[in-house]
Amino acid sequence: MAKPKLAVWKFASCDGCQLTLLNCEDELLPLAGQVEIAYFPEATRAVVEGPYDVSLVEGSITTADDLERIQQVRAASRRLITIGACATAGGIQALRNFADVEEFRSVVYAHPEYVETLDRSTPIAAHVPVDFELRGCPIDKHQLLEVLAAEIQGRAPRISSHSVCFECKRRGNVCVTVAHGTPCLGPVTQAGCGALCPSYDRGCYGCFGPQNTPNTASLTTRLRVHGMDEGQVLRVFRTFNAASEVFLRASERHETARTSEEVTP
Amino acid sequence: MSSDAVGDETPRVTHTGGMAGKSDGQGPADRIIDVPGLQALVDRLIARGYTVIGPTVQSGAIVNAAITSVEELPQGWGDDQDAGHYRLRRRDDEALFGYASGAQSAKPVFFPTEEVLWRGRRTQEGFTVEPDDSAGRDAPYALLGVRSCDLSAIGIHDVVLTGRVHGDVAYAARRAAAFVVAVTCSDPGGTCFCVSMGTGPRPEQGRGAPYDLSLTELLNGGPHRFVVEVASERGADVLDEIGAGPAPAEDVVAGDAVAEEADARMGRHVDTDGLKELLYAAADSPVWDDVATRCLACGNCTAVCPTCFCTSVEDVTDLTGDLAGRTRVWDSCFDADYSWIHGGTVRATTKARYRQWMTHKLGSWIDQFGMSGCVGCGRCVTWCPAAIDITAEAAALRAAAEPDERDAGTLP
Repeated sequence: MAKPKLAVWKFASCDGCQLTLLNCEDELLPLAGQVEIAYFPEATRAVVEGPYDVSLVEGSITTADDLERIQQVRAASRRLITIGACATAGGIQALRNFADVEEFRSVVYAHPEYVETLDRSTPIAAHVPVDFELRGCPIDKHQLLEVLAAEIQGRAPRISSHSVCFECKRRGNVCVTVAHGTPCLGPVTQAGCGALCPSYDRGCYGCFGPQNTPNTASLTTRLRVHGMDEGQVLRVFRTFNAASEVFLRASERHETARTSEEVTP
Repeated sequence: MSSDAVGDETPRVTHTGGMAGKSDGQGPADRIIDVPGLQALVDRLIARGYTVIGPTVQSGAIVNAAITSVEELPQGWGDDQDAGHYRLRRRDDEALFGYASGAQSAKPVFFPTEEVLWRGRRTQEGFTVEPDDSAGRDAPYALLGVRSCDLSAIGIHDVVLTGRVHGDVAYAARRAAAFVVAVTCSDPGGTCFCVSMGTGPRPEQGRGAPYDLSLTELLNGGPHRFVVEVASERGADVLDEIGAGPAPAEDVVAGDAVAEEADARMGRHVDTDGLKELLYAAADSPVWDDVATRCLACGNCTAVCPTCFCTSVEDVTDLTGDLAGRTRVWDSCFDADYSWIHGGTVRATTKARYRQWMTHKLGSWIDQFGMSGCVGCGRCVTWCPAAIDITAEAAALRAAAEPDERDAGTLP
């Protein structure tokens, strides 16, 4: 049986998720033994023609060119898996969705006429069908290998969608919110990072996006109890997953609240 | 390793129970040890092959860890606990056990967060399961400073995990090998309610899991010392080895007073009268809607609960598919995927999950296992990031139900 052909595609992104694949040092050779790495410009200039059995797609859609290219990628791919917050939620660059891109362009660039961009940063699934979305900013190496192993063996990947708190308690961490008063997005955020930040006594930043049953309204009440003002609450929901539906709605509530707070003496 | 450290050959937990204790003049006489004597006790347990797990201060909380010295114990530390709130505080004395429930119970020691159940390898013919005799191989453990509430929790796990048809082999091996040094709770926390649940504050033989020794810390009227209740032969042996003498009568009385004072200082209370029936009748109570607005469905309560035992099994393979394995991990009824069966999630809402957890913990656990699933340690209250208080929710359910009962009673 021929080895499945793997392709890795980049859209608007920082390349960190592709680097996660390259950082699989011990597993990279076994992986190369199981799949044919057919298209991966970050690793090799050699290109094997499509179609591809599995495509990993990093990055969000931010240009008119992207809109066309993602259709081509989809057409050339039997299975399409998005990797990272950009590809699954629009990424940090989706902050443009809350602003005037025309104004940015005129202020930031010496020659704004050279910059062609869309008004909004959108996830891959907004444009083409996606077979699996792997969360994270960046994605977790072990989760990536699990997804690839599952693809190779034709089984479902074992990726949990519960809260970061599950992983945090399994690691034996002391809760940073309860014991230190540190605001933490862990209760509304999907696990997968291994509770990285709380393991170093920091609050969770929500890199993996919302968990399967997120209660952002209740968490916001607690963030306020622990000293955050409306503006801070707005900002913690507007990071790497700002345009994910759940975090978007949570931040929009505080945009309204902040406006009324500012006008109220 | 001496043979007594390994304990019973058969990995099955048995409860001796039934012995009277304390200063009632029955059973072996209490002994007395000072702080160097406690160090000698730790040294003897280590010499007998035990890994001694005791309370330490880590990351701003009392956390169980392997210790070798009494200097690692949280000397002079107490705690302030409330719903969603935990802070260590300096005591004005040098107490080693002057805090309430720590961040975790004994649960992770006997029932680890992850346990490999088996590993297998693909062969020409099919696959083979690799022989594995490692169940509980990390034992034996000696637990130092186990509270009465947590002894009851271990007793519940003994029933749940080893007392039924299919026992948990690794758990049973760890339990059978364990040496337990309990301690009387002297300064209960703001979220404690062991008195309501009938589990504390003083360890009692025959209530909860058996223990070998039980310490009651005395700070006044002499040097820093511990009255030691002897609850097993090997406990007596260890005390003989370290030369622990009989406790003076006034110290035994002083130890009783410590327990009595703690008894009167519970931070929380639960009215358990008819609680199971109340919960069964409250399936449609509006209280569940209210708590669901606050519940984060994060699973913290179930992780810190000393009796919650729900797990999932995760089947994994390596990239080649030649190696496969099954690992059991802690799970929680607060995860949508936990009740997922073909076609969907049975408990899709947070309301349904909280109702399930609380109704099981305080109600249907009694029908299932013959005792309440709650020991009143207060951890689910303290460590809830949304500050949800099971004692307050129980009271709210009762308050919401009572008008109906009154109405029903006064109807002609």
